[in-house]
Amino acid sequence: MNIMSEETVKISLTVNGEPITSTVPVRRHLVDFLRLNLDLTGSHLACEHGVCGACTVRVDGAAVRGCLMLAVQADGANVETIEGLSDSGEVADLQAEFEVRNAAQCGYCTPGMIITSAELVAAGGLPNRETIRDHLSGNLCRCTGYQSIIDAVEETMNKRAGT
Amino acid sequence: MTPPDGNGGEGLVGKRVTRPNVRRLIHGRGRYTDDISVPQMLHIAFVRSTYGHAKVKSIETSAAETAPGVVRVITGAQVAEICKPMLAIAQHRPGHKSAPQYALAVDHVCYQGEPVVAVVASSRAEAEDAADLVTVDYEELPVVMDIMEALDPVSTPIHPELGDNQCFEHTTKTGDAASALSAAKLTVEHKFEFGRHTAVTLEGRAILAHWDHVEERLTVHHSHQSPYQMQDVFSRHLDIPEHKVRVITPDIGGGFGLKINVHGEELAVAAIAKLIGKPVKFTADRLESFVADCQTRDHLCTAEMGIDENGKITSMNFENALSVGAYTAYIRFGLAEGMMAISCAAAPYALTDYHARTRVAYVNKGIVGMFRGVGVPIGCTVTEVLVDQAAAKAGIDPVEFRRTNYHKDEDYPLVSVGGYSAKSMSLHKCLDACVNIMDYEALRADQVARRERNIWRGIGVATFVEAAAFGPVYYGPSGARVSTQDGCTVKLEPSGVVRVMTSVTDQGQGTLTGIAQIVGDQLGVDIEDIDVLAGDSATTPYGGGAWASRGMAMGGEAALHAGKALKENILDLASSILQTSSSALTLEGGEIRDAVSGEARMDLAELAKVGYFRQDTLPAGTQPELMVTRHHVPDTPYYIANGVQGAQVEVDIDTGFIKLLGWWVADDCGRVVNPLMVDEQIRGGVIQGIGNTLYEHSQYDETGQLLNATLADYLLPMSGEMPDIKIAHVETPLTNTELGANGIGESGTIGAIAVLWCAVNDALRPLGAQVTKQPFTPEHILEVISAAKEKYETT
Ligand code: FES
Ligand code: FES
Repeated sequence: MNIMSEETVKISLTVNGEPITSTVPVRRHLVDFLRLNLDLTGSHLACEHGVCGACTVRVDGAAVRGCLMLAVQADGANVETIEGLSDSGEVADLQAEFEVRNAAQCGYCTPGMIITSAELVAAGGLPNRETIRDHLSGNLCRCTGYQSIIDAVEETMNKRAGT
Repeated sequence: MTPPDGNGGEGLVGKRVTRPNVRRLIHGRGRYTDDISVPQMLHIAFVRSTYGHAKVKSIETSAAETAPGVVRVITGAQVAEICKPMLAIAQHRPGHKSAPQYALAVDHVCYQGEPVVAVVASSRAEAEDAADLVTVDYEELPVVMDIMEALDPVSTPIHPELGDNQCFEHTTKTGDAASALSAAKLTVEHKFEFGRHTAVTLEGRAILAHWDHVEERLTVHHSHQSPYQMQDVFSRHLDIPEHKVRVITPDIGGGFGLKINVHGEELAVAAIAKLIGKPVKFTADRLESFVADCQTRDHLCTAEMGIDENGKITSMNFENALSVGAYTAYIRFGLAEGMMAISCAAAPYALTDYHARTRVAYVNKGIVGMFRGVGVPIGCTVTEVLVDQAAAKAGIDPVEFRRTNYHKDEDYPLVSVGGYSAKSMSLHKCLDACVNIMDYEALRADQVARRERNIWRGIGVATFVEAAAFGPVYYGPSGARVSTQDGCTVKLEPSGVVRVMTSVTDQGQGTLTGIAQIVGDQLGVDIEDIDVLAGDSATTPYGGGAWASRGMAMGGEAALHAGKALKENILDLASSILQTSSSALTLEGGEIRDAVSGEARMDLAELAKVGYFRQDTLPAGTQPELMVTRHHVPDTPYYIANGVQGAQVEVDIDTGFIKLLGWWVADDCGRVVNPLMVDEQIRGGVIQGIGNTLYEHSQYDETGQLLNATLADYLLPMSGEMPDIKIAHVETPLTNTELGANGIGESGTIGAIAVLWCAVNDALRPLGAQVTKQPFTPEHILEVISAAKEKYETT
């Protein structure tokens, strides 16, 4: 057994607009880094396998699975989490549509759902429900049945498009 | 925030009020157990049995003990020194046999994944590294994996002291089913296999336990549905006086019944906290969830139904067998799986002769615990599939057939052949409502037209009846310490706002919002002025937490009476202040008003100020009582909720794939306190039912190894394939309580499973094929089609 597992590396990155420098174990994935080193517990883990989307964060503008990326790979990157996106107000309309429909029950999938949806919302246009369903089909929700989430995304896009 | 499409009218009950406590979840500010860290906290990883069945010969921990970050390595035997084993024996069920289950296995492991050794380290990663260094020397024992093999008395008993592998057996008889079946004009018969699956809460089970060795207090943050139950369990098993155990259930990432069970390693975590005197945390990762979470279903059934010359169901015979894994789940037993199945079967129908038997087997698989529906989907599906087959054989449309066979509205109260007693049910109304929203006739016309083009669509309509909100009659005599009462405290704060403390817990159902609505209506206070606290065994009234679809029915009723009592106290105090009689006053919109003129006399803040700070202005001896607690115990064994679901599917007979085209639900859960929450409970429940029926399967091989323990291998419903669901409410308020709310949490799942069986069978019926195995994999669909073809060709 290799006890080298706690080898560490110093990384610098931006998290929610703040410059961060930190020494991290090389094997630590990005969400563990956010949760354990930075106390940003809004990003969740449910499979650590790339399947469920609960760990979705934004890295350099793209929604990625934070469990599939090592913290060291985020060296130099711009990382945004649900906390940052919420506080900036960027997804406030989307979040309000989630709230009004109870599109979050236990809320465990919700940060990932918001970040994945935000990507589609930002692309603009008026996609049909099937396209919205497909876009979110890598995010597991065990509580809601998805319909209210699809409704929330659809309504946000309608409102942004002014229809 | 109340969306514009809410029901009109006065008051909060009945409106689509959104959850005040959901915003922080949507903003990434939830606080789940794993999010909580405390000073000096250590982490636990478990070494788990790699075998389905084995004797533990020796355990070597020295390499792990010296690994980086490791604080202690603790074996099952060490935990057992301070922690009593779990033994679930249902005292009201003679013949129930059960073996003790240790928090961590001591010398005998009975399923793959059973926890054996705990490694405590400064980080979870280090604990996992060191867990790999623990060597357990096992002597492999033969496994029993098959239900029927386990029920055979010659099978080698998993627990030798029990003599065999039969856990329990029960028979129910009404009338004479054998004679009625042989006298029937037509009979139908079918076999069913319901695969074993698991809950998959998105948040794994999690617990953080802290032992204060100075005050000898245990504080536990626990992702659990009942802090009271766990306070009781930790207190009794670890021998700590109950008032020195406090269990807090923070935000919970999904429960669905899984988190009402007692899992061995969670008990072990509390024991380890006590052993080492430092806070310890354990969060189950996905692999651990698959192997060690309580699982569910796993039934084999055969059933037969008889119909007379008028197309009336006369009789039913139902043989049920199931496995509960290696132990009887603590503290609620695994018996309800079978008992609920045989008692709910046939409940909507006015037959007279019924015979049913359930047999429960121990096998070397994970323990079967509580999960949404508990046995009811089985009884309901078996009944509805036979009803469809009987209707087809009699040449009667299945909707019409149900209408003529349901209990008549004038026949209540009644006891069903399986023993469900119902004050009333709204079967006919729900059937009409469902058929109406699904536009049944149009679907049938579409089906006929498409069959000509080789497109195989199926339409299902299924009835479900659910015993919700269990009262003391079941668990009381069982000896299990399960609280069937719930409580609520309502407190007026000095500024005139209201704090509510309830014993029901909320994992996202919206129960706490409903409670705020109920209290708000009693006190005439707006939702923004009410805060509801729950999930703390030390500070809230004692109760059950969340189980058996009872939050609104029980907790809501307690809240109503607490709110009412506080209102009386408020008016009493107001009458002292205003020097008038309390009957001359009312409380509306947060103001004390003259009952006749409606004129505002004082607001709640003014009243509270006097009550808390200016008692000097009150007549001598006045005792303001601005905090009130009330409890509610149901007066019947359960409340019967019912409904009808409709589904339209398309089966590709070349690939075996099933497409879901439409889904409809007509549900009667009594008084609807919040239609938004009710709709979302139904939708989420339906999708879980679809997952159970089409995809989910915990597959063990013949040696006891779980083959699909990752989310990549265990299929779940994702947004791409799921239908939109249309809902109609039939609202028949219960007469047992003032609120009139019934259960809703499980009905979506129960009805969905039954209706999907019906719809797929409807699609396949012209081919002479019917499904027999859940989940309906494409292979199974192709198999039943080709078997039907062969049968047709050889006859
Ligand atoms: S936790 Fe990353 S995809 Fe599931
Ligand atoms: S809201 Fe619970 S998993 Fe989505």
